[in-house]
Amino acid sequence: MLSEKTLKLIGKSGEVKMLEVEKGAIKKYADAVGETNLLYWDNEYAENSRYGAMIAPPGFFGWPTRWHGAMPFHEELQVDLISALGADGYTRILDGGIAFEFFRPVRAGDTLASLTRIVSVVEKETKGGSMSVSQIEASYTNQNGDMVAKATKTMIIR
Amino acid sequence: MTQQVYWEDVQEGTHLTPLPKIASTQMLVKWAAGSADFNPLHYEDTFAAAQGIGKPIVHGQLKRAWLVQLVTDWMGEAGTLTKFACQFRGMDYPRQMATMVDVKDGETHMCKGHVIKKYVEGDNHLVDCEIWVENQKGEKTTPGNATVALPSRR
Repeated sequence: MLSEKTLKLIGKSGEVKMLEVEKGAIKKYADAVGETNLLYWDNEYAENSRYGAMIAPPGFFGWPTRWHGAMPFHEELQVDLISALGADGYTRILDGGIAFEFFRPVRAGDTLASLTRIVSVVEKETKGGSMSVSQIEASYTNQNGDMVAKATKTMIIR
Repeated sequence: MTQQVYWEDVQEGTHLTPLPKIASTQMLVKWAAGSADFNPLHYEDTFAAAQGIGKPIVHGQLKRAWLVQLVTDWMGEAGTLTKFACQFRGMDYPRQMATMVDVKDGETHMCKGHVIKKYVEGDNHLVDCEIWVENQKGEKTTPGNATVALPSRR
């Protein structure tokens, strides 16, 4: 049974977190992954592309996780949920996967505002016992007010 | 840049150009430094052993980033990634360094995929792809899917 404390978290949002998309961070990402695409490396090349500027790779969401505290998801909000579910007896965290929708390119120099919300928490009975399944969603809006991407994470805690 | 792929060029079953990745310990250090994921599970033998994992493992988010590259390299500069998802089902292990720049012999991970659906929605010429990271045993440790808008010749 989910406690009142856990149920109250459903629908809750974390405060908005801001991230400036820096060229250096894009290059660090590209270097770590082994990305060779010039759109992430070469200013002049990127400026002459259809994007007109250096862009962040779609994989950039979820990259500076700890520095920002909200890439891709608001960290404290996740911690609150994990601790509430822990008190309900769900302690073993399994990854249920992550999904992204991309609406617009993100350019170097953009400032993104991310808003994380706990969409749902449900209990399911399985052969191995009961488990909790939580959906956490984050949306990213740029400085022009356009939503650029949305991320959804499924967290399974047994 | 490779040649641009057009919507008309692909069919259901068309393979995405495979992307080999060597998960060196150096790559994991770079990922940790940039992402600030300093979980010792990814670099410390004794910690990984104590956690029952055995030895340090590759970051799931790094494997996700590989899969994004698989798709964006294949779709070319005129393509647009609109949806992406993956799941972390199996653990993968890094290769140690032999020198400051060379990696020891060992496992190479392969990022692979194929087109499973081709369709038009409004003005968008779309393909859905099944994608995955495969270990040397042929196991799909990180399965996922992606939707890409490709340019059309029409």
